[in-house]
Amino acid sequence: MIALLKRDLMLAIRAGGGFGLSLAFFLIFTTLVPFGVGPQTGILATIAPGILWLGALLACLLSLDRIFQLDWEDGTLDLIATSPVPLEGLAAMKALAHWLTTGLPLVVAAPALGLLLNLPAAGYLWLIASLLLGTPALSAIGTFGAALTVGIKRGGLLLSLLVLPLYMPTLIFGALCVVRGAAGQEALTPLLLVAGITLGSLAILPFAAAAALRVNLR
Amino acid sequence: MTLRVVDLACARGPAQILAGVTFAVAPGEALILRGANGSGKTTLLRTLAGLTPPLAGEIITAPDAIAYAAHADGLKAQLSVGENLAFWAGAFGTQDTSAAIEAFHLGPLLDRRAGEMSAGQKRRLSLARLLVTGRPIWCLDEPTVSLDAENVARFAAAVTAHLAAGGSAIIATHIDLGLPQAQTLDITQFVAKRIRADDPFAEAMG
Repeated sequence: MIALLKRDLMLAIRAGGGFGLSLAFFLIFTTLVPFGVGPQTGILATIAPGILWLGALLACLLSLDRIFQLDWEDGTLDLIATSPVPLEGLAAMKALAHWLTTGLPLVVAAPALGLLLNLPAAGYLWLIASLLLGTPALSAIGTFGAALTVGIKRGGLLLSLLVLPLYMPTLIFGALCVVRGAAGQEALTPLLLVAGITLGSLAILPFAAAAALRVNLR
Repeated sequence: MTLRVVDLACARGPAQILAGVTFAVAPGEALILRGANGSGKTTLLRTLAGLTPPLAGEIITAPDAIAYAAHADGLKAQLSVGENLAFWAGAFGTQDTSAAIEAFHLGPLLDRRAGEMSAGQKRRLSLARLLVTGRPIWCLDEPTVSLDAENVARFAAAVTAHLAAGGSAIIATHIDLGLPQAQTLDITQFVAKRIRADDPFAEAMG
């Protein structure tokens, strides 16, 4: 399974691997917002938590259809399915690799973009904490969606439709955590809820993804 | 470990393709599958490899004994020959890739990216993967596609060595590999009437 993770990370940083695409999308998305809503710092400070979380979520979504599709197209997925690596382990490693190449860079970049959106100083710690705890859920849910749609030609749109509703709880509590933190209110409860969603997703979804893969490989 | 297949029925998608497939392959033996295009060779091999659950019947063998090689090469274009092999060695929990490199003469290509190789060279790399898996029973689907005569001979030598070491092989192919200890199985005899596997009416009318 370590070999799988190593290979996925190696493929991501090689040419054409798509590493950095999500990050670039996140940067552009958040820089576009002030152009859209105008430069009033008051408004920007109010919407910054929501925009940052939404940006991170959409950036995650962008790279989801690559998770299994490329391996399916070149036959690697069939061969991995016949190897000693269990499909549950494969799904977990894919989610981990997706988080390391997409989620983690977003967490690192988010504070700099918070500055751009005039996020109040009290919100930064909560922003980092909520993204750090919340983005693994985005990767795990996305891996499940990718497993469901593997084998469908140009299934990217369907994948988005399936996954976005499942992202709602993470978005609600993640953004709420930053909003409350930025306003100086108690923000630990939404943060714990985000952590709960992540732990639940990590515990259940690799098994669901493996079941979906098994059906799709037939 | 002898691979024994008893009264196996296989499906591809909703359609039942084969019924009543029965054969046995002992260590050191090879079984050549023959049959026209679309007669179900790939379906049978995918079922043996465990990718498709059988509709009926049994496949009796040791767990994790079967290595499968499909039409698709399963190579990553961005990785070099050495990296591709090292990945499969890692996935199958083996270490040594040198025998595989030797058998398919991949030494000169070791640092070449798979995306920059010809179809025949990719095929060689894909077949070399079998040696890396360390598994005793090879299920091969048209393994010699796009290989030249010299490399078909290399492949036949690799299979012969595998058989001599107590392994076995089930090979769907249209060419004569000249293997010793090879039986031939014509799967046309097992082709099922094309009924939908999940169609209760067809079963009742049958």
